[in-house]
Amino acid sequence: MAESMKTMREKDMRKTSVYQKFFHVLSQGGIYLFLFLMALVVLFPFYWMVISSLKSLAEYRLSPPTLFPVHVMLSNYAEAFTTANLGRLFMNTMYVGLVSTLLSLVITIFTAFAFARLQFKGKELLFAALLATMMIPGELFTITNYSTVISLGWLNSYTVLIVPFLVSIFYIYLLRQNFLQIPNELYLAAKVDGTSDFKYLWKVMVPLSLPTLISITILKMMGAWNSYIWPRLVANDEEHRMITNGLRNAFTDTTGDVNYPVQMAAVALVSLPLFLVFVFLRKYIMSGVSRSGIKG
Amino acid sequence: MVESKQQWKAWLYLAPAIVLLLIFTVWPIINTVSMAFLEGYSGLTKAGGDVTFKIGLGNFIHVVGHPDFLQAMKNTILLCLITVPVSTILALLIAVALNAIGPLRKALQTIFFLPYVTNSIAIGMVFAAMFNVIGSIGTRRPVIVSYGIVNDIIRLISGNSDPKNFINFINTGSSYEMNMLVMVIYIVWNALPFKILVLLGGLQSINKQYYDAAKVDSAPRWRVLTRITVPLLSPMIAYVVITGFIGGFKEYTSIVGIFGENMGPVHDAGRLNTMVGLIYDSLELDNQGGASAAALILFGIILVVTLINLQVSKKRVHY
Repeated sequence: MAESMKTMREKDMRKTSVYQKFFHVLSQGGIYLFLFLMALVVLFPFYWMVISSLKSLAEYRLSPPTLFPVHVMLSNYAEAFTTANLGRLFMNTMYVGLVSTLLSLVITIFTAFAFARLQFKGKELLFAALLATMMIPGELFTITNYSTVISLGWLNSYTVLIVPFLVSIFYIYLLRQNFLQIPNELYLAAKVDGTSDFKYLWKVMVPLSLPTLISITILKMMGAWNSYIWPRLVANDEEHRMITNGLRNAFTDTTGDVNYPVQMAAVALVSLPLFLVFVFLRKYIMSGVSRSGIKG
Repeated sequence: MVESKQQWKAWLYLAPAIVLLLIFTVWPIINTVSMAFLEGYSGLTKAGGDVTFKIGLGNFIHVVGHPDFLQAMKNTILLCLITVPVSTILALLIAVALNAIGPLRKALQTIFFLPYVTNSIAIGMVFAAMFNVIGSIGTRRPVIVSYGIVNDIIRLISGNSDPKNFINFINTGSSYEMNMLVMVIYIVWNALPFKILVLLGGLQSINKQYYDAAKVDSAPRWRVLTRITVPLLSPMIAYVVITGFIGGFKEYTSIVGIFGENMGPVHDAGRLNTMVGLIYDSLELDNQGGASAAALILFGIILVVTLINLQVSKKRVHY
């Protein structure tokens, strides 16, 4: 009797385990289906951008559309490059991006060092005040900065694109946190050896914080690449125009009967550097981004 | 002696940042706030001669009473109220799903992060191309050259090949609701990567013991999600909701991406203008008083919404 009870229970258990397994496979399949569907939605605009940029205008206007270009038209890219004057825009953006990143890094390193290692009166208060300014929307600053740069005579120059944004409280915060993680014993040991603060900063702290500095560099460069509002306001002349503004200016119409293949080629060219950065430096972007909540 | 030397040195390290902050952060706060309370303040008028501006709330009253402001306010709030919950829930589902699978997880994670590293103007133009209809619309017998890929898909699914069977999303004569729908889709698409990244990071730090306990009790997946995952993830959820609202109230470039600087379809420019767009419009009209007042209102709204969010999460967030 007891024997048969046992086998019955075992049978029962086996049954539920098969049942559970079936359910598990089913729900796992559902999860994959959901993820694939969402991934498709996420990727579709990129796919559409690339294939549209390779079609002739006649083929683009076909309805229903072709899912892959019948004749690959690479000439769209050449046309986009000249129509939007992308070469000049690219150089301008790289120049502004590189110079502002370099200067910004130096300022951020000095400031973060002072807040992390040096002692001075009102340190905590000053740091709290700086953090508080992060809450204020940028537009509030822009209104006055616009008048300031006009009275400084900086309109339509590289200076106006670089200087007002050199100090970023967020970067200072990020680097200070990193500096604080470096054990103080190292600093005291260096002091005993008679190493100056300056030398210690560049020889020890900066190399140890390289990942954070790389994150900052990438975010700053991406910021220059994607900036739109401020450059449009203060430097929208041929000589200093940035790439996003150039793209928007060259293709003002978004609806109606536009030469979309060329427009999509220009969009693809503007997106390509970002894509490359993404492929090779994703790790640094992700670690910077997850702590920021702001784009660029 | 050593103490004062340290002090002096610290300020030397801080000097470049302090100088720049004084010019481009501290002065703007003082100046923008004071301009907001000088009625009808304008840089041009001031430069023109010896004028004094009355101190008062005139700018605020003028801004709030302006029909453009009400429209911008409506657009901004609607976009916020729709896109933040939709993108948060979608991101949560995707993050939980990603956390539940083994193979292909890294690859999918990479795909979902891709929209983050894009230029919102550039990809906005791609979305516009996808929703655009080429042809004569709004006439009695519309001649359509190309419906655009989104309408093509809708036509394919509905199986109705009637030439009139298409939705006018963004072209001349399109409705406000359809314009908003396109904006919502684009903004959610854009907002997902950051939210997924943060939520997935949070999920991975949840102690596995909770799930083992749920397994022993053979709790169904749905209950595990609502009773374990969401409460334990609530600090992260609160974080993405708050940053989502802050970003949502500053929405501007994504609309420029799709509709251009028209900020609306061809027949109704400015229809989709937002608070930030309004501030720049007043700035370009040299109405600094109005722009400042609008910026302060925006700041006030963001502050209030953030405080409400913090209050709610204080009650709801499980630390």
